Amino acid sequence: MTLVAQSVEQPPRTKRRSPLAETWDNLRKSWAGMVGLTLIVLHILIATTSPVWIPRDPLEMNAKIRTQAPSAEHLMGTDKLGRDVFSRSMVGGRVTMVVTLIAISIAVVWGGLLGIVLGLVNGRADELIMRFVDALLSIPWLLIILLIVSVLGTKMWVQALTFGFTYGILTVRVARAATLDFVTSEFVLAARARGERKRTIVIKELIPNVRDVLLVDGAMNWSWMLLGFTSLSFLGFGVTPPTPDWGFMIAKNREILGVQPWAVFGPVVMLGTLIIGINLFADAFAKALGLDRSQGAPV
Amino acid sequence: MIILIARRLILSLVTLFIISLIVYVGVEALPGDSATGYLGQWATPESLAALREEFGLNDPIHVRYINWLGDILRGDLGVSMVKRKPVAELIGNRFRNTVVLTITSALVGIPLAIILGVIAGLMRDKLPDVIISTTSIVAMTLPGFVTATVLIYIFAIRLEWFPAITLVPSDVSVIELLDTMLLPIITLTMIMVAHILRLVRTNMIDVMVSDYVQMARLKGVPARQIVFKHALPNAMLPTINIVALTLAWLVGGVAIIETVFNFPGIGKLLIDAITDRDFALVQGIAMILSGIYIALNLTADLLSLVLNPKLRTARGH
Amino acid sequence: MSDCLVDVRELTIGYYNQKGTLVLVLQGVNLEVKPGETLGLVGESGCGKSTLGQAMMGYLRSGSQVLGGSVKFADHDMFALNNRQLETIRGRQIALIPQNAGDALTPTLRVGNQIIEAIELNADLSGAAAKNRMLELLAQVHLPHPDVMANRYPHELSGGQQQRAVIAMALAAEPYMLILDEPTTGLDVTTQAHILNLLRDIVADLGTAMMYISHDLGVIARVSDRIALMYAGEIVEDTNVAEMFKSPAHPYARGLLESIPRLNLAGIPNSMPGQPPIPGTLPGCSFAPRCSFISEICRSKSPPFTSIPGPPHRVRCDNWEKVLAIDFSQELQQVFRTIEHTTEDEPAIELSGLEITYHRSGFMERIRSIPEPPATVSDITLSVKRGETLALVGESGSGKTTIVRTISGLLPAKRGSIQFEDCDLTVEVDQRPMELCRHVQLIFQNPDASLNPRHTVAEILDQPLKLYFPDMTHDERRARQIELLERVRLEGRYRLRYPGQMSGGEKQRVAIARAFAADPEVVLCDEVTSALDVSVQAAVLDLLADLQRERNTTYIFIAHDLAVVRAIADRVAVLYQGRLCEVGTVDEIYSPPYHPYTETLLGAVLVPDPDHEPKLLASDTPELAPPAKGCAFQRRCPYCMPDLCVEEIPPWQFPESDDGHKIRCHIPINELLVDQKAAF
Repeated sequence: MTLVAQSVEQPPRTKRRSPLAETWDNLRKSWAGMVGLTLIVLHILIATTSPVWIPRDPLEMNAKIRTQAPSAEHLMGTDKLGRDVFSRSMVGGRVTMVVTLIAISIAVVWGGLLGIVLGLVNGRADELIMRFVDALLSIPWLLIILLIVSVLGTKMWVQALTFGFTYGILTVRVARAATLDFVTSEFVLAARARGERKRTIVIKELIPNVRDVLLVDGAMNWSWMLLGFTSLSFLGFGVTPPTPDWGFMIAKNREILGVQPWAVFGPVVMLGTLIIGINLFADAFAKALGLDRSQGAPV
Repeated sequence: MIILIARRLILSLVTLFIISLIVYVGVEALPGDSATGYLGQWATPESLAALREEFGLNDPIHVRYINWLGDILRGDLGVSMVKRKPVAELIGNRFRNTVVLTITSALVGIPLAIILGVIAGLMRDKLPDVIISTTSIVAMTLPGFVTATVLIYIFAIRLEWFPAITLVPSDVSVIELLDTMLLPIITLTMIMVAHILRLVRTNMIDVMVSDYVQMARLKGVPARQIVFKHALPNAMLPTINIVALTLAWLVGGVAIIETVFNFPGIGKLLIDAITDRDFALVQGIAMILSGIYIALNLTADLLSLVLNPKLRTARGH
Repeated sequence: MSDCLVDVRELTIGYYNQKGTLVLVLQGVNLEVKPGETLGLVGESGCGKSTLGQAMMGYLRSGSQVLGGSVKFADHDMFALNNRQLETIRGRQIALIPQNAGDALTPTLRVGNQIIEAIELNADLSGAAAKNRMLELLAQVHLPHPDVMANRYPHELSGGQQQRAVIAMALAAEPYMLILDEPTTGLDVTTQAHILNLLRDIVADLGTAMMYISHDLGVIARVSDRIALMYAGEIVEDTNVAEMFKSPAHPYARGLLESIPRLNLAGIPNSMPGQPPIPGTLPGCSFAPRCSFISEICRSKSPPFTSIPGPPHRVRCDNWEKVLAIDFSQELQQVFRTIEHTTEDEPAIELSGLEITYHRSGFMERIRSIPEPPATVSDITLSVKRGETLALVGESGSGKTTIVRTISGLLPAKRGSIQFEDCDLTVEVDQRPMELCRHVQLIFQNPDASLNPRHTVAEILDQPLKLYFPDMTHDERRARQIELLERVRLEGRYRLRYPGQMSGGEKQRVAIARAFAADPEVVLCDEVTSALDVSVQAAVLDLLADLQRERNTTYIFIAHDLAVVRAIADRVAVLYQGRLCEVGTVDEIYSPPYHPYTETLLGAVLVPDPDHEPKLLASDTPELAPPAKGCAFQRRCPYCMPDLCVEEIPPWQFPESDDGHKIRCHIPINELLVDQKAAF
């Protein structure tokens, strides 16, 4: 109980709404949240439809028009090999988006489930596994990803699994911490005292309460994954050329940053708007759910 | 309290042991082995076999692991077969350079982050907070190479204040290094400040609505004294551990920034080592980076133990 | 300077909620406090008491605003002052003692330094003088070893000690006025009684005016000269203590007083249906929907604050004459409904030699062979008959909840056994057959925590139905849900609500319905009414009694409020530090001879009667663990005999040879009886 006046007890509202509808109502009121959501939706639309409407073939090279400044012909100019930067920027996020979206689903599911179970068990097994999780987290994330990708190659499904696994470790911690808040709560005690099975407690009591935390964590993790995956591409371990990709484009076109900055700015703007959009949305989403988004690094 | 410290120390050692296992097995799983890396395109089956025999590469993996661990415990990081030099020698100055880079960034970044975080927390949802918070989201979530590229464009190409790319050997003196380090430091500091200030801000907001801050107000304590005596220490306590984690995480990611600026540090060395399949070098760097991570965590744990009366007196009586 | 210290005029405070609509917290409050006066401010949760208390210090919760009226303290218009001016008044002239002292002390500062800070700011002392004053204050609030306590951090003090430290802080500058916001809520009865005595002494010594905010009329009766009763953001009655308790003029005051269980009256009190509206949302009297004296005018026009002839007495009711025409003391006698118990002879639950411990020997302890600490709960032998209500009574740390959780299978028993009819309940819940789980159900203290906020009432009630009656069809379950809701006196439409959309009383009814969905033989009630307002509490007790009669259910009922126990229990077991002290029927427990601990507890109970004075027997020194040998109560017992009680576990004594009243004490029954009869 705080020393501030206890909140005025509200009489039961006559209008009954599910918590989900209420979250949407709250979200809709947030200016930043709606900007973020619009950016995300726009990016998904571009990624899915761009091959149809981009003005040039992103792979088409033309030695005559190398490193040209933006013009009516080439909205963002051309790169060193004479390829159209605008077209490449539009399609350059397709692999990244697919890989990270699959990976984030994997991460939320396996990390979330393992975390919830560990939180509920909370015994020797929990302690042992958490030691391993901590150890994995102590190894530089870039090294883990580089190692796995070096061993297993740069196929898309390998990368999705790698990112799903690596970033899922972070989710294990988040889900476990969130679960620990609830396992000692009286409604879980009540379920245990009733004789409910562990599986029912996980599905009926814990998941509905941890779900919000996991959703917000997933949104946030998506942005960290984008950071990770584009970094990998930047270092040359991500998407195999010549497939256009933001990270790799930035890495290669840095050489002509002085003469044709748009070759770098194109992918930078695309990547930046997506990541900022995700974060604006994640912040507003957390607020709409009544959670305080944890602000730390993904450790 | 001594038991608590001892327990933390033992846990850290256990974690370090697990890491060594993961790192060793992980690196050994890479395709090829050091012998192929060493001989490169001149490899013949005979020469490979001879070399493997010489370096004990035919031993079962657990024997090799134990030998390697034993060497490391004796301070011997092994020999890079690609570069044909001891790993310790290769790492030497580059490690120093990375440490100088991160520590300088931390020394600038942490106080700055605390100041900005407190300001944002106290002025929650007002203009300064909105500006600080939004900027920090952008700085925190954009990949380091994007931030770095933009900074290079503005400061090196447009304004021509700094050199765009560092082109110095790894063994120059710290003073010479500092000159070329400014842009990497600015980039790293920006990311670090963004991470930490958001945390300080959240904690500050929580603490400012706490019962004890309200009580201090109603006791007639002046605003400045409330912030510095009652609120700030309590807002900082939960921050210590996260600051350590953030720092450690940035050390892990520093490779990217070093690559962007072509900075002669340990992170760039790691990337090169992976490309070259330089097993011993990768293992050595990985152990060093993990060790730093664990040391930072341990320091944070001990620091909060000393600063937090609740932990300090846990076994007092 | 006017003769009033505090003068609140037509004060209206409100805030805008998320949807942008204005919600009033206070509406047109008028209140004066004279220098040296002690005023009790009473009301149920959410009626605006704390907001009014803080407003007197010129403080508003963030987001709230003054919409009208004024607060004058010592002729300062508190809401016209700037922060600097307020800082010189707060703490120096008017000080707050908050509810939760533990949260109100800054965790990173030593207690002594926090008090010194208040002294330096408000009493113009510094250095050694301030330190001496601090030690003096700690001694004044009867903290043992002030120099040691001053060096401690807040978390190293017990709840009672923290409260004393906060009182010392408030007294630093000997202010004209103290605002006390539920300072003893959450403390044990004996600690509460000690702290209230301390406050009375301080106020008498210093001549400080005091406004004591509480929901507990027993506490208010003990500390106030005058009482102001709040309802829905308004003061509805304002008079001296004697008038308020003997002839309350507002129907709400009567309803409230009638709903309190009493130590001296058996049975369940009257309950008051309904709940307060949001201030300012009704055109007429806020209380009209719940009032039994209602007339035409009540619904249309808000009643004025009228003075009643005679001693100073103001009331906000148009029908006060009709109310006063009915003699209150007679009415009070009639409202208590005694419950018929149909206890059978066969036992339902039998505990024998039960021992429970939370201690797990760690590795270090095992190799250093440190002896195990005494068990949390030890040597509990009790039998509960079918259809009976057995109450477990004791202060915090007495092991009540531990015992109940072990019976429900959430904690393992270390020794001894638990029998339910012919079945063994000693095993933990996951090893019990489902049928056995069904027979033993548990209801928790706080329905906010025990109902999953993500489930609708229908889903909540469905869980036990699906678990225990897997053959039920969807329609059968639906019909059963509606039937269960009706049994706990809720309408079927509540099925679709989420816990967040119901009041506290409604939520607790749903929790009760969930327990009864299993059709249980035994229901374990863990403080089921203590999170509820008094007016709701009586209704829940009444409901529990009715449900018990329907199926002859057995209750094990935990409560710290001895009047509640008196109202609902057949038999009582008194526990101290996990050991039984006394077992007997309600009548036996509530009259001599008592175990010294029972005597202590009963003596400390505060009764809503200004003439009652609590009898403080034992100290309120907190104990963290039971003693290794001898009597559990030895360290606090006023009659402790140095060798015998410290060395040997006392024997059970049986005052009347037959019906199971037993007291565990070394003092012969006759001696206890003589002393205790003389004392009362």
